[in-house]
Amino acid sequence: MTSSDRVRPAAITARGWGWRHAGRPRPAVNGLDLDIRPGERVLLLGPSGSGKSTLLHALAGVLGDSSAGAGDAEDADETGSLLLDGAPPRAQRGRAGLVQQDPETQVVLSRLGDDVAFGAENLSVPPAEIWQRVQEALDDVGLARLPLDHPTSDLSGGQKQRLALAGILAMRPGLLLLDEPTANLDPAGVLEVRDAVGRCLDKTGATLVVVEHRVAVWKDLVDRIVVLQPGSATDSAVLIDGAPDQVLEQARDMLIAAGVWVPGHVPRTRARTSRASPAPTDPEARPAGQLLLVAEQLAVSRERPRRAGLRRGFRSIAPQPVQSGIAAQVRAGEALTITGPNGSGKSTFALTLAGLLPPVSGAVSATVELSAGAGIDPHKWSAQQLIARIGTVFQEPEHQFVTGRVLDELMFGPRHLGYGEERVDELLERLRLTELVDANPYTLSGGEKRRLSVATVLAAHPQVLVLDEPTFGQDANTWAELASFLSELLDAGAAVVSVTHDEEFTAVLGGTELRLDAPGHPEPDKVLRP
Amino acid sequence: MREALNLHGNHALLTRANPLAKFTAVFLITLVLALSIDWVSASVALAFELLLFPLAGLTLTLLWQRGWPLILAAALGGWSTAILAPDTGAILFDAGIWSISAGSLELGLGFMLRGLAIALPAVLLMSCTDPTDLADALAQNAKLPHRFVLGTLAAMRLVGLMAEEWQTIGMARRARGVGSRGNPYQRLRATLGQSFGLLVQAIRRASRLAVTMEARGFGGAQRTWARPSAFSGLDVWVLLGGLGIAAAAVAAALGAGTWNMVFLAQQ
Repeated sequence: MTSSDRVRPAAITARGWGWRHAGRPRPAVNGLDLDIRPGERVLLLGPSGSGKSTLLHALAGVLGDSSAGAGDAEDADETGSLLLDGAPPRAQRGRAGLVQQDPETQVVLSRLGDDVAFGAENLSVPPAEIWQRVQEALDDVGLARLPLDHPTSDLSGGQKQRLALAGILAMRPGLLLLDEPTANLDPAGVLEVRDAVGRCLDKTGATLVVVEHRVAVWKDLVDRIVVLQPGSATDSAVLIDGAPDQVLEQARDMLIAAGVWVPGHVPRTRARTSRASPAPTDPEARPAGQLLLVAEQLAVSRERPRRAGLRRGFRSIAPQPVQSGIAAQVRAGEALTITGPNGSGKSTFALTLAGLLPPVSGAVSATVELSAGAGIDPHKWSAQQLIARIGTVFQEPEHQFVTGRVLDELMFGPRHLGYGEERVDELLERLRLTELVDANPYTLSGGEKRRLSVATVLAAHPQVLVLDEPTFGQDANTWAELASFLSELLDAGAAVVSVTHDEEFTAVLGGTELRLDAPGHPEPDKVLRP
Repeated sequence: MREALNLHGNHALLTRANPLAKFTAVFLITLVLALSIDWVSASVALAFELLLFPLAGLTLTLLWQRGWPLILAAALGGWSTAILAPDTGAILFDAGIWSISAGSLELGLGFMLRGLAIALPAVLLMSCTDPTDLADALAQNAKLPHRFVLGTLAAMRLVGLMAEEWQTIGMARRARGVGSRGNPYQRLRATLGQSFGLLVQAIRRASRLAVTMEARGFGGAQRTWARPSAFSGLDVWVLLGGLGIAAAAVAAALGAGTWNMVFLAQQ
């Protein structure tokens, strides 16, 4: 390490700072007093709505930018002062670099090298120096082995986030701002990004502010934890502030209550009670263990068959499968967990099993118990036949919203089917959505959206529930609720198929694990504890 | 360093020409062809364009894959002109209101060849030009505002993502009981709903991307360019080539007496 690698770390000073977004009645942050010294590494915690992201955006200089969105700036309201090295962040482009949560929108250009160069170009760095910085930054984040013209669309989520980090490092910022950079990543991706951040900080000595509710990931990398609380007129915005171990000890219960993933604490969930037959009084439920859905020699792909060219008579060409030779059985009252690395076709398999994608080859067959007269191939069922039999919860809840109101959203399935409306109240209650019936689904918090998307799918009473990464980015409270609720469903005789990287979640549900390996052949089923 | 950046394995000669020079050459050819409907100028231009294929790293198979809608449209346009244009000369085929005469057939053929001759250069241009290089040239050489050019370029990348998103939203909605099957009205409703879902996602993505770009210092008045877009000797040849093809097309048509200015054409 040479002294030239080091940057001038930034200092942050907030004095009674507050921010109200345009069109919102209450401020997102209010009365924030905070000093962060140059080179400090801070983990920012707090319940949703405590203004963590707002603070990060303000420090990055992208809140209500007066040059671009003049309309926003007029309506939004700023109080007090927030300074970066004694000056407003907005006036210091490139002094702070921000990495956000969604990897797709962290990439600007289509070639690896160009994307890293983008920020440096904007700061008017001389071209010759830019390429030197690009090479160095790619080296620091561990992407130097890829060619500079590597298509950015071919990168995995973890690689995209490391690329975003490289793009920021090439700007040589004094402050790194990370807004839940690993929430959408698999466990390997999380460590990749965390380690890259650690290496870069050791090398440059820059100041760090990271927002993330998985404390264990960042605990050893930071030297201070600041816990924020939702803005109010009288209280201070900072609830607790101190060294990681001290804060975790002092505020452990309070953090657990706020849904923070505190190291060494697994949220309490309902245990599976039985895999035996449910009470005979429930006519809807089938005996546990009843075979519902079978996949045999299944090959899957998201791509549709292509048409061959003129010379081959426009014949249909099957797409290249991402995974093939998959065998699986879905049984009532039992969980099936699909695991494996990114790109192994887990989600594609789940969507094919759920009747949403046609198999490339092989078959998905529903038994008579599940199909109830609708035919053997779930992909050929009508949408209404499908939802009453197999319910699928997508990774991104917003993809599944079809109305503008929470209650309509829940009533949608039952209304189309012509039955089951009476179950909606129970679901509202059970998933704590009663207060929100009139809200617009898009305005809910992440945890609320997840609970709603599960409830809407269950309102149609499917016997099989398929979930794609249901616990990604969820706080500990939502996680525990979801796991408990699914364990309850299983005991009531439903089948639950989930694609997940989450080992604790898998452990709560029990059942069978199907591991798919990066394109090739899956291992034989591995049975977990029942 | 610049040499390391290239177009998905295409190393043909024209990939090294400046996008702006290629664009100007294509514009010249298109301009001439837009002026006259006749088969001589169109055929001459088309013949030269086919000769340029290897220089752009394009093959007939690739051409069909990338340009089939344009090729079909040209053929369809020619056919409908042939049967619908007013008859002049000998009648070759007659089925009531549809008839083909020597005159209308010539017009239809001219129309089709012209359509192809105008469409091919566009396919040629895009197959040997990386969008990033085109944006560099537009901002640096043509001096278009860089905020606009780079903003468009970044948004273009999201278009590919939107195609994937469309498929996902379609499946997600089927999983909610919204069928894309049924009568045309139901299908239209389903498509409208899906479009709205896509629009919401597109706006979310776009605003997040805007924050990303702004946080990387985008939007200032000054910036440097890591990939300087310059002209070389090759670009002179590209321009001369475009000019030559255009001139040859006009000269051949004038010589053959078929030059037929669109705006002066008598119906």
